[in-house]
Amino acid sequence: MEKQIYQKVLNNTKVKRPVVKNSLQAFLVGGIIALLGQALLDFYQLVVNLEEKVATSLMSITLVFLASLLTGLGIYDRIGQFAGAGSIIPITGFSNSMTSAALESKSEGIVLGIMTNMFKLAGAVIVAGIVSAFFSATLIYLFSR
Amino acid sequence: MRKVGKQSIVFDNVYLKSSSAVVGPLEMQGPLAKYFDAHYDNLYCEKQNWEQAEMQLFTDALDIALVKGNLTPDEIDLIFAGDLNNQITVANYSLRDYSIPYVGVYGACSTSTLSLINGACLLDGGFGRYIMCATSSHNATSERQFRYPTEYGGQKPDSITFTVTGAGAGILTRQITDVRLTKATVGTVVDSGTTDSLDMGRSMAPAALQTLKAHLEDFQEDLNSFDLILTGDLSTYGAKTLKELAREFKIELGNNYHDCGMLVYDLDNQPVFAGGSGCACAAVVMYGYVVKQMLAGRLNKVLIIATGALLNPIMVAQKETIPGIAHAVVLERVK
Repeated sequence: MEKQIYQKVLNNTKVKRPVVKNSLQAFLVGGIIALLGQALLDFYQLVVNLEEKVATSLMSITLVFLASLLTGLGIYDRIGQFAGAGSIIPITGFSNSMTSAALESKSEGIVLGIMTNMFKLAGAVIVAGIVSAFFSATLIYLFSR
Repeated sequence: MRKVGKQSIVFDNVYLKSSSAVVGPLEMQGPLAKYFDAHYDNLYCEKQNWEQAEMQLFTDALDIALVKGNLTPDEIDLIFAGDLNNQITVANYSLRDYSIPYVGVYGACSTSTLSLINGACLLDGGFGRYIMCATSSHNATSERQFRYPTEYGGQKPDSITFTVTGAGAGILTRQITDVRLTKATVGTVVDSGTTDSLDMGRSMAPAALQTLKAHLEDFQEDLNSFDLILTGDLSTYGAKTLKELAREFKIELGNNYHDCGMLVYDLDNQPVFAGGSGCACAAVVMYGYVVKQMLAGRLNKVLIIATGALLNPIMVAQKETIPGIAHAVVLERVK
């Protein structure tokens, strides 16, 4: 009886997430990060005159570095609060999850702290990446001949 | 001291000798700043890491309460203390430097009133002269214990609460002072059925209601007899939910009801989402704001229902619910 009343009231007072606003903000910031990536790629290819493959890697490295730096400066979590998935999905979000976990466990030492915990959040992304790479590679192998 | 009704206790002679509230930077920028005894401008509290910082807040709270009560640690017969860290680490480690007999208690964010009830029972039963109660929480230790690394860039929903950085301590005695602990209601574990650890204010609302209801029934008390009814850390959405829940049971919470998590911060201008939470939330509001308002004669009778979400990240990951608990004490001004 009491439980049913709890359920009823708790269902009525649910806090809604502003999905449309969040999506637009994610789209905006995700787009800006992608634009930055493109600008870096063009810079490395056209100005520094690097091959596409090398330029692509350098572009990723630069973004990872910038995100890591902004995490250390305490700025990236604020961007994340505004952008949501917009700043988590790109490679910068991966960098943030590793840097933040490393920073957090700094006090427990290098091996048991930083090295053990660095992939605490990013680990899931790596596993998902490897598993999906396996399946897509299998599909390509089976059907692309 | 005797049991009243189903789950309440009335005390004969328990008074608050002294109390202290120590906070971090954001709490000091909040509306209750002038009621706190000490503060730090930096979350590290001049220490190397977050755990040490929380220990600093905890020991500061002990020391200030002792100085205000004109007592030495040797004169304290027992301390009930706890915090939110695994193995209530902050209380355990902080008390290494004090030779006070110690009982650790865990009531999540309800530890402030849980320790007071324990202390009051023992004292009123005739044990010792002075019993101390203390608790603490730190925003960064809690984030790491229960959620994500502090600098992780995940988006937090509006329903999330913000752990108060601070510590509070109180010393109980049988000698008459200006603030008396008259009654208490021990809560039961109430399962709200919710599973969202980012929405804990609402998940604790049923527990708060159960304790409030039991208190009113056990003492045949009327809501209007209190100058102030405070819940611990339900925050904006939890307090709203409690009001609606109470209405279902014909309890109309009016203007004398407030939540510590909403009082401790300026919700419109500080980045604290739905409001404050954590052991220190109810502790610093009670030991700081409520006690000082009583000493100044502005409050006479206050019901404090500290609420705790009995959250365990492993259980939540296993799709279990988040049970809640709430313990209530009544503080009265001695006229």
